[in-house]
Amino acid sequence: MMAHDISDQMRRACAIAKKDIRIYYLLGPVIIFGILSPTFLFLAFMMGKDLPVDFLIAGLMGMTIFFASTSVAPVIAPIETQSRNLERIAAAPVTITTVLLGDVLASVLFGILISFVPILLGMAFGVMVAHPLTLAAGIVLATFCFSAMGLIFSAAPTSITSSVMMISMMVKFPLIFVSGIFIPISDLPSWGRALAMFSPLTYITDLCRYSFQGTDAGYYSVSVDLGALTVFLVIFMTAAIKLHERSLPERL
Amino acid sequence: MKNVIEVTELRKNYNALAAVDSISFEVEEGEVFGFLGPNGAGKTTTVRMLTGIIKPTSGRISIMGFGIEQDPIKAKQLIGVVPELSNAYNELSAWNNLQFMAELYGVSGRVARGRAEELLTKFDLYDRRDTKVKTFSKGMKQKLTIAMALMNDPEILFLDEPTSGLDVRSARLIKKMMRELNNAGTTIFLTTHYMEEANQLCSRVAIINHGRIAAIDAPEKLKTRIGGLEWVEVSFSTPVTVSDLPDLPQVLEVRSSGDKLQLYTDEPGSTISRLVDYARSTDRTIVTLNTLTPTLEDVFIKLTGDGRAG
Ligand SMILES: Nc1ncnc2c1ncn2[C@@H]1O[C@H](COP(=O)(O)OP(=O)(O)OP(=O)(O)O)[C@@H](O)[C@H]1O
Ligand SMILES: [Mg+2]
Repeated sequence: MMAHDISDQMRRACAIAKKDIRIYYLLGPVIIFGILSPTFLFLAFMMGKDLPVDFLIAGLMGMTIFFASTSVAPVIAPIETQSRNLERIAAAPVTITTVLLGDVLASVLFGILISFVPILLGMAFGVMVAHPLTLAAGIVLATFCFSAMGLIFSAAPTSITSSVMMISMMVKFPLIFVSGIFIPISDLPSWGRALAMFSPLTYITDLCRYSFQGTDAGYYSVSVDLGALTVFLVIFMTAAIKLHERSLPERL
Repeated sequence: MKNVIEVTELRKNYNALAAVDSISFEVEEGEVFGFLGPNGAGKTTTVRMLTGIIKPTSGRISIMGFGIEQDPIKAKQLIGVVPELSNAYNELSAWNNLQFMAELYGVSGRVARGRAEELLTKFDLYDRRDTKVKTFSKGMKQKLTIAMALMNDPEILFLDEPTSGLDVRSARLIKKMMRELNNAGTTIFLTTHYMEEANQLCSRVAIINHGRIAAIDAPEKLKTRIGGLEWVEVSFSTPVTVSDLPDLPQVLEVRSSGDKLQLYTDEPGSTISRLVDYARSTDRTIVTLNTLTPTLEDVFIKLTGDGRAG
């Protein structure tokens, strides 16, 4: 493809993102659920434990980004299969990559918006952001990474939204327990630390610790965190495109 | 005239079923090309392959020189698609659906706004432009779906049963719109169950059955193709029943229709003179006498009613 074609497709991806936001994200319940579900989960696990508030906020931040960016992206494909909108998109001059990129962009914007909740919550408790630029970079990278991950959940050629939700829950829940959210990675046994390495959530949580709690609070270095998130993003996005290319014909 | 659609040996298998079975045809620039066939014949499957929605099992499709599989973006950019069932976004307003289409096809904002206003006005939807599509009736949705397909000002417009289930007025509006577009140079590929619609609109029709093309020609030529057979319709001054008629060798079938008799014959001329003789010999006068040429429906029934199980 030529540069001109690529910028054309990029603009069309933005159109898809705009459509997603209008239809799937700008809904009261979606926004409220996006804010409340990580907060409640977090409180449920942390209640009564005597932990510093900046540790808690950093963990909540990682979890919020994770939940927000994987919440809606997986259900778009099954919903649009059911409503036949997918046929409309399939007839349009856009590639599958463009469509998925559009879905990712919408999810990223939603994730970034929701991530302000823990930041504001932290401020209310007097937790300041020590490294705002690093945090910003981490949030953007992580929302991209988790949004792409969300698209993998919907690659099964089904039009049943609840089965996609179940697949996504079955992956999401175990991940939050191996990613150093409730227990710092340094306190984990060696098998736990090994396992944590394979969760992208580990790196954004680690980056949040560094950003909120100060330079010494991170387990990995900032460049490892950012690098790992980038690698996961590339893997997830490539996998999502390949899988959807395979499953799209079966949806139509 | 150059061909804008070229289809070669196109095939689509669903497991053991050949939904489309090696069909080849061309559509010329400026034509209204009709695609007729009974339920399950493979019309929708063909349209979906031509518009790049599903992949053929084998064969080649070229849209204005671009292979739909080799150059899908360029090919799709040139066409508009009206599917069998509306696929507008129910949660978006009519206006936003049209704008989304424009953005998907890279139509600039100013052009898109003008075109959307024009189309909404033409289809009587302008007053409802800001309401969500889920509140629309079937006919309104259908008109919006057509408007959506026209947002990129396509060279070729594909319509899959665009008037099915619509009231007479909406159906007329859509037929008028197809004529206008065609006069302005748009090539139209139309599938329909309405013979009269195909007869009025199409410069050529293909009749497809069990995934194969049974015939492809201009409607009038197709009608002559089912032999020189014609109906002769006659009524007399006093009633005549089928059994009263003398044996007429050229007549294959006689049926009564109200106060008239209809004779199916391959020699209308001599049949008419025999009828005149009969009237004279029985002291009757002929009140009316007409010849009825076969309709597209007769052709369709003859070509598709082959007794094979669907
Ligand atoms: N996704 C699919 N999976 C399996 N079989 C299919 C699929 N789509 C179509 N078919 C089969 O292919 C054949 C042709 O179907 P198609 O929808 O093309 O018919 P049609 O000519 O459009 O009929 P109608 O006039 O009822 O719209 C049918 O036997 C149908 O059952
Ligand atoms: Mg059909």
